[in-house]
Amino acid sequence: MKIQSARDLESARREGLIKIQPGRPRIGVGTSSCGIAVGGMALYERMKKIIQDEYPDISLVKTGCIGFCKEEPIVSVSIPGKSLVLLHKVQPDDAERIISLAMEGRVPQELALCKIQDWDHITGSLVHGGGFDGIKDYDEIPFFANQKKIILRNCGLINPEDIMEYIGTGGYFPAFKAITSMEPEAVIEEVKRSGLRGRGGAGFPAGIKWEITKKASGEEKYIVCNADEGDPGAYMNRNEMESDPHMLLEGMLIGAYAMGVHEGLIYIRAEYPLAIERLMVALDQARSLGLLGKNILNSGFDFDIQIATGAGAFVCGESTALAASIEGKTGRPRIRPPRLTEKGVFGRPTDLNNVETWCNVPVIIAKGASWFSSVGAKGNTGTKVFSLVGKVDNVGMVEVPLGTSLNTIIFDIGNGGAQGRRVKAVQTGGPSGGCIPVRLFDTPVDYESLNKVGTMMGSGGLVVMDEDTNMADIARYFISFASGESCGKCVPCREGLKHMLLILNRLIAGKGTVKDLNLLKELSETVQKTSLCGLGQTAPNPVLTTMQYFKEEYDELLEA
Amino acid sequence: MDERTLDEIIGRYPYPSGRTLGILREVQIKEKHIPMDTLKLVSEKLDTPLSDLFSLVTFYSFFSLKPVGEHLITVCMGTPCHVKGAEKILQSIQEHLGLSGDSSDGKYLETTPDNKFTVEIARCFGACSMAPVLHVDGDLYGYVTPEKIPEILTRYGWKR
Ligand SMILES: Cc1cc2nc3c(=O)[nH]c(=O)nc-3n(C[C@H](O)[C@H](O)[C@H](O)COP(=O)(O)O)c2cc1C
Ligand code: FES
Repeated sequence: MKIQSARDLESARREGLIKIQPGRPRIGVGTSSCGIAVGGMALYERMKKIIQDEYPDISLVKTGCIGFCKEEPIVSVSIPGKSLVLLHKVQPDDAERIISLAMEGRVPQELALCKIQDWDHITGSLVHGGGFDGIKDYDEIPFFANQKKIILRNCGLINPEDIMEYIGTGGYFPAFKAITSMEPEAVIEEVKRSGLRGRGGAGFPAGIKWEITKKASGEEKYIVCNADEGDPGAYMNRNEMESDPHMLLEGMLIGAYAMGVHEGLIYIRAEYPLAIERLMVALDQARSLGLLGKNILNSGFDFDIQIATGAGAFVCGESTALAASIEGKTGRPRIRPPRLTEKGVFGRPTDLNNVETWCNVPVIIAKGASWFSSVGAKGNTGTKVFSLVGKVDNVGMVEVPLGTSLNTIIFDIGNGGAQGRRVKAVQTGGPSGGCIPVRLFDTPVDYESLNKVGTMMGSGGLVVMDEDTNMADIARYFISFASGESCGKCVPCREGLKHMLLILNRLIAGKGTVKDLNLLKELSETVQKTSLCGLGQTAPNPVLTTMQYFKEEYDELLEA
Repeated sequence: MDERTLDEIIGRYPYPSGRTLGILREVQIKEKHIPMDTLKLVSEKLDTPLSDLFSLVTFYSFFSLKPVGEHLITVCMGTPCHVKGAEKILQSIQEHLGLSGDSSDGKYLETTPDNKFTVEIARCFGACSMAPVLHVDGDLYGYVTPEKIPEILTRYGWKR
């Protein structure tokens, strides 16, 4: 069946809702990569067998990840008319009990993490119901209470391998609205007014990039999704694609319509096999409903998306290197301008946006630019997803309005250091970012404030370090990473980083001198100023910030 | 890799975007390395100079020209894994398998003399919440400690 009218879409929504609230118990098992690694898939298979053999009345689905990685495997149980209950740290041996209790309309209390009475899917909302008095509310769990879920609106709650569930929460309604009732220019205007900035790191206004691409001369153009996620410690994009792939596809569809582009590409790193698989499934389903392909929604508009895989090169996240990589070349950046919007993939005008940038688009169309820009801070609208990892107690994926302080993220949501250790610093922005000491944790997380303290937003990895972490070692780690990932094209990056690494090795071996420290700083500044692309220009940041904020740790290393 | 399998793989890539790397990725996954003969065949079939393909497989770290042992162990060296002691995990694996190569320049691939295990390092599988993390033949293990290494290795036929 192809969706061709508002009526078709509405009946698909009803069908989807019945899958989410089937009028009988429904059990969802978190099976994104991280859930699987701690036994999620084994648990799912075990439940599937029990249900097939004994309880055919129970509906069982795979869900994505709700973000509380520390508590995985997470299972959701929904009993008709009652709150949805999240169970945590579920073991395969719990399967039988969860199922038989669900049949009686109950849940195992000791496994319960919290309950959800109703949920705002932003593009729609769901009421689950009450009951389960002994179980805490979702909002009473500090990890959840301080978050605001806009991008992760469906993650962990719907089956990512079923497009109907996405439509059930109001998905593809924004695309329908845009394509059937808005002029392309009006869509771009809406995105511009929302203030949405690129979530890949640099924060360039998305609507303006779209406008430039639209105006660029040339018939054939591309839109591309950057799903390279090369920053070690960042896995938001993986989770977004594994847990709710259709929000990405819908965002790209709306963008394609606005820019008048007919070919889309998702450049995704090869290290994410499950995300690739789920995207393939999602693409097939969208095509079969006529949401991709020819004559989408009977509007005469054609658009389709192909997947291109990376092959393990951090530098390929950089726009010009990414374009070269898609063309089947080695990913070596070139001088810009010309920018991709002028001369991109195969020389055609190309709009490149990060996964999360695209994921925001359906919401902006559904709720309007004013609604979107009321979230977050001035000039930094909307939310951002971070992967909160390293030596923090509550590891996981968190979404907060831009402008939220590091204190809130690391202490209120993250509950401070793991195993009661003292938090010392946080690294933001990956190899391009820097380390912020705990005394500056009142810094709001927005593009400009992070730049001011010497680091950057990056794609959203937050690696927490505690009193046991040696900051010079961290600096060496990043320089070794960047030096290994340098494409070798320009001298400052290729040679400069190598020499910075040699100096850091000497310092850490206890053989360094004050002269070495000065040289390291000078070399850092030179590499920053003279490298060809963002990799080299930002690679010294971890050294410079640790030298600035943790100078005593370097001094301790000096030769007596 | 036989010609038919390769043709099937190539058949899945009708569009130019992402074609070459996509094909090489599938060869790598299937063969656990890129055999030189297959690379030559790809070169003929795509009408791309072998030297171009060679520069691709040496530029991108996902590819390896060297064959690997029966089981492939990949230890993550991403930042969260690093701060949570990934080096100690690698060391422990090396000790148990009698390997001694150096990984300090960010590259490492070593196979045991009996060809049973190959150990390599990578940067981040996106499973950082469970750091430190390793893969064996695609199975992901999280919250690894040096103490857990013998048990994991035993599952893949390692004997003390
Ligand atoms: C070395 C380097 C690596 C990058 N890696 C990524 C990445 O993994 N994902 C991403 O979205 N952007 C990455 N970027 C930024 C992109 O070049 C580009 O700015 C971004 O994808 C644009 O999308 P946005 O405007 O939606 O943020 C990287 C940049 C550099 C210099
Ligand atoms: S750093 Fe090891 S999985 Fe991300």
